[in-house]
Amino acid sequence: METARRNRVELVNAGLTRRDLLQLGLLTTTGYLVTKLGLSTRAAGAGGSPKSPPTTPWVEELPVPPIASPIDVASMGTTPRQGIDLASGERGRSAPHQHWALYDAANADHYLIENRVTLASWHRELPLDPCWCFNGTFPGPRIHARHGRPVLIRFRNQLPGLDQHVGYGRPTPSTHVHGGHNASESDGHPLDTIEPGTFKDHLLLNRRAGFTDPALAPGGDPRETLTTLWYHDHCLGFSAQNVYRGNVGLYHLFNESDTGDENDPSPTAWRLPSGEFDVPLVLHDRLFDPDGRGFFDLFDLDGILGDTFTVNGKIQPFLRVARRKYRFRALNAGPSRCYDCFLSNRQAMVQVTRDGNLLPRPLTVDHFRLAVGDRVDVVVDFSRLPSGSRLYLVNCCEQPDGRGPSERLRSPAQGQKLIQFVVDGALDTHGDPSRVPDQFFELPPVDPGDVATERTFVFDRSNGGWSVNGKPFDPDVIAARPRRGTAEIWNFVNNSNRWAYSVHVPLEAHQVLAWNGQAPAADDAAREDAVWLRPGESVKTFRRFRDFLGRFVTHGRDLVHSDHALMFQWQVEP
Amino acid sequence: MSRARGKVTKAEVEAAAASGTRDSAPASAISRRRWLALLGLLPLAAATVPVLEFLDRRRRPGTQRPIGGFHRGYFPNPVLRTHDDERVRLYDDLLRGKTVLIHFFYSDCKDALCTLATENLVQLQRLLGERCGRDVFMYSFTLAPDQDTPARLRNHRDAHRIGPGWTFLTGTASDLELCRVRFGFTDPDPGLDREKAQHTNVLLLGNEPHERWLASPAAASPRFLLSQLDRVAGVKV
Repeated sequence: METARRNRVELVNAGLTRRDLLQLGLLTTTGYLVTKLGLSTRAAGAGGSPKSPPTTPWVEELPVPPIASPIDVASMGTTPRQGIDLASGERGRSAPHQHWALYDAANADHYLIENRVTLASWHRELPLDPCWCFNGTFPGPRIHARHGRPVLIRFRNQLPGLDQHVGYGRPTPSTHVHGGHNASESDGHPLDTIEPGTFKDHLLLNRRAGFTDPALAPGGDPRETLTTLWYHDHCLGFSAQNVYRGNVGLYHLFNESDTGDENDPSPTAWRLPSGEFDVPLVLHDRLFDPDGRGFFDLFDLDGILGDTFTVNGKIQPFLRVARRKYRFRALNAGPSRCYDCFLSNRQAMVQVTRDGNLLPRPLTVDHFRLAVGDRVDVVVDFSRLPSGSRLYLVNCCEQPDGRGPSERLRSPAQGQKLIQFVVDGALDTHGDPSRVPDQFFELPPVDPGDVATERTFVFDRSNGGWSVNGKPFDPDVIAARPRRGTAEIWNFVNNSNRWAYSVHVPLEAHQVLAWNGQAPAADDAAREDAVWLRPGESVKTFRRFRDFLGRFVTHGRDLVHSDHALMFQWQVEP
Repeated sequence: MSRARGKVTKAEVEAAAASGTRDSAPASAISRRRWLALLGLLPLAAATVPVLEFLDRRRRPGTQRPIGGFHRGYFPNPVLRTHDDERVRLYDDLLRGKTVLIHFFYSDCKDALCTLATENLVQLQRLLGERCGRDVFMYSFTLAPDQDTPARLRNHRDAHRIGPGWTFLTGTASDLELCRVRFGFTDPDPGLDREKAQHTNVLLLGNEPHERWLASPAAASPRFLLSQLDRVAGVKV
């Protein structure tokens, strides 16, 4: 895309006419430029040669984002309040915190996350790239939270003012903790943006869904346990640009069994790989301009595909691994690409989560798919590989353009290598205390008797514009008003015959009842926060609306599509 | 995401190479001096990009395009004609330093969405009031420049009782095509890309000096469009 843009610019600057180009032999009579580099705005992601400046792969080590340290509430400047603290500069919160009585500062973790200009180094061969990162790292700090212990995050906007910033992105974020069971006012609604110099407090209770149900109080339903979440900007119209600018962070929820300690002697502890063996892998494809700085094509309205693959903020890094098990938490941070990840040696992996939800039972897989915003945790065992082995995580998803991936997969030999694992016997530990249990939590029951309403949402595109049920997004319209404490059937239909959508629904995970009218396969049953709809597909989901009131949005997770108003609003009412 | 575990029995190899371009060449005049430069470079013509890069450097010695920039240098500057038959340059006169709304249409489009878009924009213009033409500039580019003469655009404008600050634009087919592609009003499907009505339901809202751009369905409510324009302009919303 960048080369296409340069070419477009250069053609114009050179003042060449079509006739001139024909005479020069640069243009054929059908209008195609003869160069393989292509001038098409759409050709870039289509599998042609890379357009970003080339970089040497596997020369930089995978960065692992720091785990944020909770701060003393006294050091936050002003004490968090239930109401909106306008006098201290709090903005963008639509309502007082719900369930404030469940927050006790002495038994909560407090974080200050600053959104600030950060010079990111995507590769040592590229210049520093001005980005907007949480606390100055890409990805932002990992927040390690635990079910049952509230977290209060003060998101402070230290970005340059609207009148100062030039370039893609709007410095007015609203940060969404994606996949959490959180109140509307702490969920980063796209309209709840904050100006530079202001802040917003998010109260994340970290209770499982159902915690206000007397039968499930006080902790909620253990079967609604959450794991790998992430936080990112959700600013109306600019979320793709702002996430691309660097607004990505990780929020990992632990629990009584997933304790984050592989040596935990408790008989109920699962002892999944932990500590340095619990590694996030944030996948983000990117384009760089000829000067090596991040490039976002503001005039590609279909979806942005990068030709450069970064993991945790580095282009094609390496990671030295010991001969033992690792838990990798893969996240597709967008903006528009879908991944299908294999290991280059076709080694099996054990998938333990999907969309931040534990599977009922671990699943042995040879690959995992990630649409934008998806997370998958896999356990990979390197113990049988000789020291010195090198293997790769490879994206085999074939995606010609922003419309979505094709149904074909590349072979791992032909795929895009994302990260190199170097098996290093020098790192070996004495044994491997980590384990993968046989099962996690059963799925919560789907009770048809609880269903209050069935709704259908048809996603479509006509004349270049996106719509849901024939209507573009309107912030003044509430498309659905489920009642708190009820369940509903939500059907999602992709009416387009050309575009694929991934649709994210916040507040609670759903369960799929039917795909295109057919019950899902038994081993495909899971809790999810999104559905992936190929052209013409439909899905029937069961979801509950518990514990919180307020407005939420459901949107297409290709962030470019959702910025073009592929979105609708709904509100949980008493 | 469901069905994350789709089974692969036989992985297939990479698809055929990228399809070609729909980008069109600009149609401005070429100077004798540049011709000479071009003639001198003919042996290198097969290597398109180096030639063009070389030309670019020759044309503006010592200047650099803004890094990743979307202003001067990105936008072409063809001469277009307004509904009043005035000659205007795309970048110099219409975009530079302005907050703008970009709309593509053609006057005899019978598509209901196209009609709705125009009605929406009429209401948006009313909501903008005197800001339209002062702080915000609305532009409708024709997708049928051969039919949409300045006089016809003027009639179309009068029929919708459109006030000042909203300019309708025509010109040569190649210039209008260049505008369409440069603003991204394209479809990855070549067949649909050729259908004019496919490009009538999207608006582009842009703040040129700040390079702040976003797209919106033209069918969105005028109030929402106004708030989106404010977001682009940098007004607090």
